[in-house]
Amino acid sequence: MWMEQQRSPSGSSQGPRSPSAQPYLSVSVTDPVKLGNGVQAYISYRVVTKTNLPEYQGPEKIVIRRYSDFVWLHDRLFENYKGIFIPPLPEKSAVEKFRFSAEFIEMRRQALDLFVNRIASHHELRQSEDLRTFLQVDEEVMERLRSYETGIFKKPGDLMQIFKDVQSKVSDVVLGKEKPVEESHPEYEKMKHYIFELENHLAEAQKQAYRLVKRHRELGNSLSDFGKAVKLLGACEENALGKAFSELGAKSELVAVKLQKEAHELLMHFEEPLKDYVRAVQSIKATIGERATAFRQQCELAETIKLKEINLDKLMLTRSDKVREAEIEYRELKAESEEAIRRFETIVRRMNEEMVRFQEKKTTDMGVAFHEFAKGQSRLANGIADAWRSLLPKLEACSV
Amino acid sequence: MMGSENQGFEEAHLYASKEEMESLVLGDASISYSNSDYRSAMSNSLSDTHHPLSPPILPTPADSDPLLAPPPPYPELRNPSSHDNSSYIEPPSYSDVIFSPFDGDTSSEINGVDSPSPSSDSPISFSRSSSSNAEYIKITVSNPQKELEVTNSIVPGSNTYVTYLITTRTNIPEFGASEFSVRRRFRDVVTLSDRLAESYRGFFIPPRPDKSVVESQVMQKQEFVEQRRVALEKYLRRLAAHPFIKKSDELKVFLQVQGKLPLPTSTDVASRMLDGAVKLPKQLLSESVVAPHEVVQPAKGGRDLLRLFKELKQSVANDWGGSKPHVVEEDKEFLEKKARMHDMELQLSNASQQAESLVKAQQDMGETMGELGLAFIKLTKFENEEAVFNSQRSRAADMKNLATAAVKASRFYRELNLHTVKHLDTLHEYLGLMLAVHGAFSDRTSALLTVQTLLSDLSSFKSRAEKLEAASSKIFGGDKSRIRKIEELRETISVTEDAKNVAIREYERIKENNWTELERLDKERHADFLNMLKGFVVNQVGYAEKIANVWGKVAEETSAYARESS
Repeated sequence: MWMEQQRSPSGSSQGPRSPSAQPYLSVSVTDPVKLGNGVQAYISYRVVTKTNLPEYQGPEKIVIRRYSDFVWLHDRLFENYKGIFIPPLPEKSAVEKFRFSAEFIEMRRQALDLFVNRIASHHELRQSEDLRTFLQVDEEVMERLRSYETGIFKKPGDLMQIFKDVQSKVSDVVLGKEKPVEESHPEYEKMKHYIFELENHLAEAQKQAYRLVKRHRELGNSLSDFGKAVKLLGACEENALGKAFSELGAKSELVAVKLQKEAHELLMHFEEPLKDYVRAVQSIKATIGERATAFRQQCELAETIKLKEINLDKLMLTRSDKVREAEIEYRELKAESEEAIRRFETIVRRMNEEMVRFQEKKTTDMGVAFHEFAKGQSRLANGIADAWRSLLPKLEACSV
Repeated sequence: MMGSENQGFEEAHLYASKEEMESLVLGDASISYSNSDYRSAMSNSLSDTHHPLSPPILPTPADSDPLLAPPPPYPELRNPSSHDNSSYIEPPSYSDVIFSPFDGDTSSEINGVDSPSPSSDSPISFSRSSSSNAEYIKITVSNPQKELEVTNSIVPGSNTYVTYLITTRTNIPEFGASEFSVRRRFRDVVTLSDRLAESYRGFFIPPRPDKSVVESQVMQKQEFVEQRRVALEKYLRRLAAHPFIKKSDELKVFLQVQGKLPLPTSTDVASRMLDGAVKLPKQLLSESVVAPHEVVQPAKGGRDLLRLFKELKQSVANDWGGSKPHVVEEDKEFLEKKARMHDMELQLSNASQQAESLVKAQQDMGETMGELGLAFIKLTKFENEEAVFNSQRSRAADMKNLATAAVKASRFYRELNLHTVKHLDTLHEYLGLMLAVHGAFSDRTSALLTVQTLLSDLSSFKSRAEKLEAASSKIFGGDKSRIRKIEELRETISVTEDAKNVAIREYERIKENNWTELERLDKERHADFLNMLKGFVVNQVGYAEKIANVWGKVAEETSAYARESS
């Protein structure tokens, strides 16, 4: 489990250790099982948590979760930890008939496992209550939480936020501000540009990687068919030549098998990490959006406060009885504004830290992926060379 | 095949087409996905990781990479890495691929793996006759030119036709010279082919290129002309590879005699039938017989309609009639061989198809690998330009290694594919030869039919003669008219007997030829297929090793990451 932060040397399934032991939290997503029927069918996963952290109920806990539960966790973290690049989820759903193929299920399981592990190793995210909920509550509670979030019962706070957003957009237009206010921080601009460009480049690389997987499969298939055809042709020939043909055909089929194997490896250890990279970048884009929102809110509140100040002064001058009310309002607004500023600055701070981590992580991730890719290709090519080479002495013998 | 000829085919427009793709700038050199540019670009900008790319395996003239500058008819081999995502490369169809870079001496040693002598001169015989035969004949077809037909036609501008320069180099003494050229048009080739078919009944005569039924406008298009040139060259080389035909008068005359081809031209079917129809009434009224000398040719190609009908009737009688004809195809071994040939044809066709798919798949693999490399080159450039953190620069360096390897591997796949196409082309060649085998077998069948028809004629003449004699002997003193008829009949019988004997000799001769050819085919096919298999395997091994090498290096360079991951 490469994402484990700390590995306890003597296995992880022991009882709670003495307080001086290293704290650990290890999670794995396993055992995909298809449940339900027809259109409503879905995959459930076992989520196993092993930990000695006091916040958790005991050293080991196993729960059953489905994809939408992971979505719930993701959305909660996204809401509550703005500025942090929340680890990305695998895509929602594939083409219907592909949805339950063994390959797809395995890829999804891996991605979900990675997702949870990344959360568990993030110094801030791992402390989230939502994570604890996700890892521990039983299935009925989880179901309630999940439908509460994704259903029509939106939290009142969400509704307010949506309303406010609309409101502020309207006021923007009214005040003649067609464009929402944006930061103009040159370094940040550069970073945004970088992220958007990066996504394009990565998407292209991922596309080619996927194509390469397909090519391996196609080459494997055509070698297999070729092998069969060659064998049949050999049956028309006599003696040594016929034998040579049939051996070549057999080798061809063997090489085809190697190619199919490598195609799978390529998919799992090269194409998938690239896809993961793309998802990570998309997650950053979402965070960029959050930052923009926070910035805008901060600006708007600052504007509003100014107006309120002016108003308050006016009221004070005229000794209106509305002064008291206005003062209270003003103070509330001030608090809100400070809150907004704090939120924004948290986001900025987090993003800066996250960026450093992101770049480092991705260098490692890609390094591993490249290594696997090169190893796989080298292994394949060597295997192919060996297979064909073994034929040569036999072919030589034929021409004698 | 002229390497220099290909210069005429604009490389420029091919380069232009692949440059829909953005050119990248790594350092100062611009990287466009072309081998020659790429090499210089790589050495310019990637000096810190200078991998001298392995020396070109194909000693191509500097600019004509086989993939970049094939003649226009073969867009299949156009540079594959345009960024037009809908671009689709057709698989090279065997007869279309020109291996111009392989002409001349290409048996170079590459990294210890001997590339098999890839001469495509005469694809079959060269590799076989390399050892023993001092005999050598090489034919080249080149320089197509338009010429005007000299006719009394009122229509202006019609009747232009194309001639080709046919150059022969040989040391065969019968030719009397070592190098000579003539100009011939396609019609001459048809004549040659028809005359050979007559003279070499029973032999496996290589089939000539198809007459194309296209508009005269198309006929003059460069693409069409080039396709035909290639086909003609292949055809003539196959003829020259045939042990008997290469010494034939027909071929000699075709290759050497200047000016008009001194071979009798074939008349078209319509005028033959017309001639035959004119003669038919007379034949029906009189006792028309087939003269012995006519019998050596099949009824089908001639003007004797009566004979044609008779043989047709005979063949129907053979198939449906109650009684067996007097002479039948008894040679069991022949029938077995025939069945085997039929089976082989099926399997060859299948294998040829699968080989084509294989070639396409290999090509695609190479292309996609190249495009992957390209995508990573762009990423490298991007990360380097935008780098804020060292981790980015480090990643860029890793990506560059991967990209370089991918591009190299891509090149290897595509080179491998060129070799593969050449080797597996043998399958296609032999499939084409099956046509010749059919021809030879049908020569045999029609000769037999002629014999059978004559025999049944004979038997009907004889029985008629008997009847007449029996009738006339009843009349004392004889019946003058009947006696005359009997004499005529006896004359007819005698001529027909002669014809029958000639026909039987011809049939036996053709059977002999069939046999000889079958043995030759078996031997040559055995050698050629073995060469094909060896060549194919050797190439697969060689290139797989190269590719393994390339990736092995990258695996090493990234091995630090292996230790980090659990």
